[in-house]
Amino acid sequence: MTVLKSQSRSSQILRAVLRDRLGMVGLVIVTLVVACALFAPWIVPHDPNAMNIQDRLQGPSLQYLLGTDQLGRDIFSRMLMGAQIALKVALPAVFGAMVIGMLLGMIAGFGPEWLDSLLMLVFDTIRSFPTVMFALAVVALVGPSLNTVILVVMLTSIPTYARVARTQTMSLRSADFVMAARAAGTSSPRILAIHLAPNTVGVLAVLMAMDIPTVVALEAGLSFLGLGVKPPTPSWGALLKDGYALIRQTPWLIVAGGLPIIVTTLGFTFFGEALRDAVDPKVKKGR
Amino acid sequence: MLLGYALRRFGVAAVTLFVAVTLMFVMIRLVPGDPVQILLGPRATPELQARLTAELALDQPLLRQLLIFYGNLLQGNLGVDVFSGRPVTLIVLEQLPHTLRLIFASVLWSVPIGILLGAYAAARPNTLFDRVSAVISVGVVAAPAFVVALLSLLLFSVHLRWFPAIGAGEGFWDQLRHLVLPAFAIGLSWIGYIARIMRASMLEVMGADHIRTLRALGVAERPIVLIYALRVAVLPVVTIIGVGVGFLLSSAVFAEIVFARPGIGKLVIDAITTRNYPIVMGAVLMSTALFVTATTVADLINAMLDPRARAGK
Repeated sequence: MTVLKSQSRSSQILRAVLRDRLGMVGLVIVTLVVACALFAPWIVPHDPNAMNIQDRLQGPSLQYLLGTDQLGRDIFSRMLMGAQIALKVALPAVFGAMVIGMLLGMIAGFGPEWLDSLLMLVFDTIRSFPTVMFALAVVALVGPSLNTVILVVMLTSIPTYARVARTQTMSLRSADFVMAARAAGTSSPRILAIHLAPNTVGVLAVLMAMDIPTVVALEAGLSFLGLGVKPPTPSWGALLKDGYALIRQTPWLIVAGGLPIIVTTLGFTFFGEALRDAVDPKVKKGR
Repeated sequence: MLLGYALRRFGVAAVTLFVAVTLMFVMIRLVPGDPVQILLGPRATPELQARLTAELALDQPLLRQLLIFYGNLLQGNLGVDVFSGRPVTLIVLEQLPHTLRLIFASVLWSVPIGILLGAYAAARPNTLFDRVSAVISVGVVAAPAFVVALLSLLLFSVHLRWFPAIGAGEGFWDQLRHLVLPAFAIGLSWIGYIARIMRASMLEVMGADHIRTLRALGVAERPIVLIYALRVAVLPVVTIIGVGVGFLLSSAVFAEIVFARPGIGKLVIDAITTRNYPIVMGAVLMSTALFVTATTVADLINAMLDPRARAGK
């Protein structure tokens, strides 16, 4: 694959995503969330962790757009900052799972049959744990922290990536260009790295976009249970945790924690689906 | 043929469970520190510690420990509660019906709606209804169950006071009233899943040879959809419901916390906060077993209904 060709391919994909109305909406939301996460420290109207007991549990006002929490912290600022926490967990987790999953999947698809069976068995087993139960077991043993959440998410989503990478590798294993490379005496690792990996990454990128909502939700869920990030980190799940405790005093904490989660998941899902349709037109909706 | 498939499928399930249990054993041992300390937590009495050391055979070689671990599990012995000393198996089994009832209620209202939505959309592809239902399906799938649970608690219990906020209720009608909101929160995203799978499956079936033959024979569209296509198209949904039990179990954990309902989720979270590890591990193992059983049964039902599935794998 020449550079020129891959460039036109990616701009082609981008154009297809933009043509899809929902994909466009998704892309706008994703951009907004990422911008929030990147620039949160500069655009927050108040320090998200600054307490002001005199102004505690206030309703929305011009000074505090979404009111204040039980410690007088600005809920709106905490919500903006939450985007950063969400992506700080989601991106490394999804990326790590993708890299490891791709590697294991390609080995399973390219290596000897016994190794394939063994890896598939392990993947199936990991998938047979109900995700949240598995997460709870790990948190119980290792203790709650940002890194634990990342670790759990990685472990549970590796099999998904591995399966797709394996299928892709198997379908390409006997393709002409791979056969040619092999006939030319290219070693297996080299074939995997140069010929198979580039052809697998695209499909996995789609999976990554679709996987981010799951990760964001899991992080928020664990933090809501008090088993994720530690206070006073302003994660959306932590906002929900406070909001649940104060549900009769203020609705704004639950709104500020819940809506960004739903909007982010929607954005990444719409974007991911448009991306999938663009990368693989065969599965296009109308069929 | 079917028997062979069933045996092979049970074999896979057994191996999966075996590996899952072994993973659990390895996980407990991988955590640095004394397993007894980790399993029992700081509040355990010395007697309990001595008893667990003997039970886990910690003074024995590792392989023997593993064998004893398997042996205990086979006898249904998941250890004892750190505080009350009651068998974990019993405690988990007490809480399980609450969770199962919740999952059942969620499936009961969401699956029929999802099937109808998907089938209707597939019968009229690319119409306004189809497009709107596609957006709704994605939308509800995207909303995590626990966020929906919190928002509906806020709106329907705290503000509108239509439904009770906490507990599981007493007596049939009261219990049903307590089930409404949690089952709504858990089931909502399921409508989307089911609708999408149903739509895809229905479109495939509608293009199949036997449906085209019926059309060519002049059979009306309505009976084709209702009698011939729906029956076949519904099969993938059956499998998905099996896989979905694990998914729903995860949602149920949160719904139980949000609505302060008894159940496995509440049990596990309470056990984690009090560092009651035997209960955590027992509940995780039991729910894994439940999940594996559900997927196996779903596959078997699918194989019974659709001979092609047997040959497939």
